[in-house]
Amino acid sequence: MIGRQEYTALVRQASPRTNEAKTLFAAFCVGGIICMIGQAVSDVFTEFLPLDEKSIAALTGMTMIFLGALLTGVGVYDKIGYHAGAGSIVPITGFANSIVSPAMEFHSEGIIFGMMARMFGVAGPIIVSGVCSSVVVGAIYYLVGVAV
Amino acid sequence: MILELMGKYGRVFLCGGLVCLIGQLLINKTKMTSARILVTFLLAGVILEAVGVFEYIEEFALAGATIPITGFGKSLAAGAIEGARIGLFEACTYGMRAVAGGLTAAIVFGFVFALLFRSKSKTA
Amino acid sequence: MKIGAQTYLPQRRAFISLVADIAGSDEALGNLREYIDTAIDCGEWGCSSHEKTETRMREEIIRSLLEKARLEPKDIDCLMGGDLVNQIVPSTFSARSFDIPFYGLYCACATFGQALSAAAEAVGAGMNNVICCTSSHFATAERQYRFPLELGTQPTPTSQRTVTGAGAVLVSAYPPKWRCPEITAYTLGKIVDLGCEDVNNMGAAMAPAAFDTIRAHLRETGRDESYYDMIVTGDLGRLGRELLVELMQKDGVGEGKNVNDCGCMVFAPGQKCGLGGSGAGCSSLVYCAYLHKLLVSGQLNRLLLAPTGALLSKDSSLQGESIPGIAYAVAIECR
Repeated sequence: MIGRQEYTALVRQASPRTNEAKTLFAAFCVGGIICMIGQAVSDVFTEFLPLDEKSIAALTGMTMIFLGALLTGVGVYDKIGYHAGAGSIVPITGFANSIVSPAMEFHSEGIIFGMMARMFGVAGPIIVSGVCSSVVVGAIYYLVGVAV
Repeated sequence: MILELMGKYGRVFLCGGLVCLIGQLLINKTKMTSARILVTFLLAGVILEAVGVFEYIEEFALAGATIPITGFGKSLAAGAIEGARIGLFEACTYGMRAVAGGLTAAIVFGFVFALLFRSKSKTA
Repeated sequence: MKIGAQTYLPQRRAFISLVADIAGSDEALGNLREYIDTAIDCGEWGCSSHEKTETRMREEIIRSLLEKARLEPKDIDCLMGGDLVNQIVPSTFSARSFDIPFYGLYCACATFGQALSAAAEAVGAGMNNVICCTSSHFATAERQYRFPLELGTQPTPTSQRTVTGAGAVLVSAYPPKWRCPEITAYTLGKIVDLGCEDVNNMGAAMAPAAFDTIRAHLRETGRDESYYDMIVTGDLGRLGRELLVELMQKDGVGEGKNVNDCGCMVFAPGQKCGLGGSGAGCSSLVYCAYLHKLLVSGQLNRLLLAPTGALLSKDSSLQGESIPGIAYAVAIECR
């Protein structure tokens, strides 16, 4: 039988490649469109709601998360993701998708140990790394501020 | 007016698309899964905000920079920086405060939609 | 009777007298649409969890196999089977409905080959009627090995789709009145690992195991690849089949002209299945729905069925382990 290295080389050579142009184009278009929807939501809120900039930004994020969660619930988001790849993963709607999809998946295991416990199976790393990095940034800024 | 609007949305589309295109390049080249991609972009947002570059990008790209998960990272870092002006406790907690709305929405909607819907087997 | 390091001939003749199969709605629209016995109408089939769906699929075909054979559960000496879900729950839970002694088997997608070998062995040891049943379900396998169904991920170009389906065979020591194939030799598989780490490229991980077992089988039985009308692997997919043929040619085992793969047969072109089907139900569904009918009708006389399995878990791949493969080769012939 041939050796590991030789086989690895054989596999690499025989494996079909990703269609770069097609996937990149799809990711670009879908990602761009989702961001445009976010901009439109933000513009509408700015126009009609008497809120400051920060609240508008937060509300926009929440609306997009709602949309992402809804599309996941009705079983559409994974179909978008099938074609768009990173185009629907990277926007905040993809974050919503990563929370809603495991929660739905473990519906059959019950509310506590199914939905609630498994909800963070995909998004857990995002929340942990986000919170930890913000603490690091805050601490550095604080220490620099004290020193200066 | 229309032209101005088109220009603005064009910018949002191009920048948002570009961010996602970089994500897709990472997927294609490294076989990263979605959780890794999201963590990478979140940390990128945190770092860009921490070094003070994000606001310039945001000024140009608008939602093209804030709707991708980089915007979430930016909010975390911006909150922490704001808190750092008050005290150490605030420096550590204001990051979470800044994204409280988004996180609450994600968790509540996640729970509600999981109660309402179940995942379906997918057709080939 | 042992005739080589891995190969045995059954002590008594072991006939595959009857088969039953059930397929998911997509598989029923695939290449084998004219051959499939029963199809479920949707992924859920009225069950509250996908594991229950898989359990129900198994119950249905075991029941229909008993009906076809006009046998009672007490006439069956042993029910053998496995699947891909945690602790082979669909197999054991479906066995609750039948009063039959049970052997739970696991060898990932090679379980059907393992079950056929074990059945031939058991018949040789004195059992008269053995049922082998393996199954898989797209939704249970996705949860077991990959991501939540609703997560918007993109399949990589080497990924395969788990077959929703199951097949059950009755291996009997009694020759039936009709033309029927029998197990004439079986080669047990070794765990082979050439260092593949990509969990989305199972075909490449399993091809060396398929090659190793097929080579051992041909060598130890003294047969040439042309002895068989068809050599059919389990779920290598298009890439894995290509790699297997390449390995066979490099080693001088054969040309690989009559090599085919169940995973390549299931889905029709245009269905979103990546490089083909996979799963413990892939080889059993294709054998029961299609290959068995070819054998019975005389379109095939000698078949070497070599189900292949990739023995990984979600945790083993996170721990950086490579993916070991296994294949069992079962010679099924009409004499």
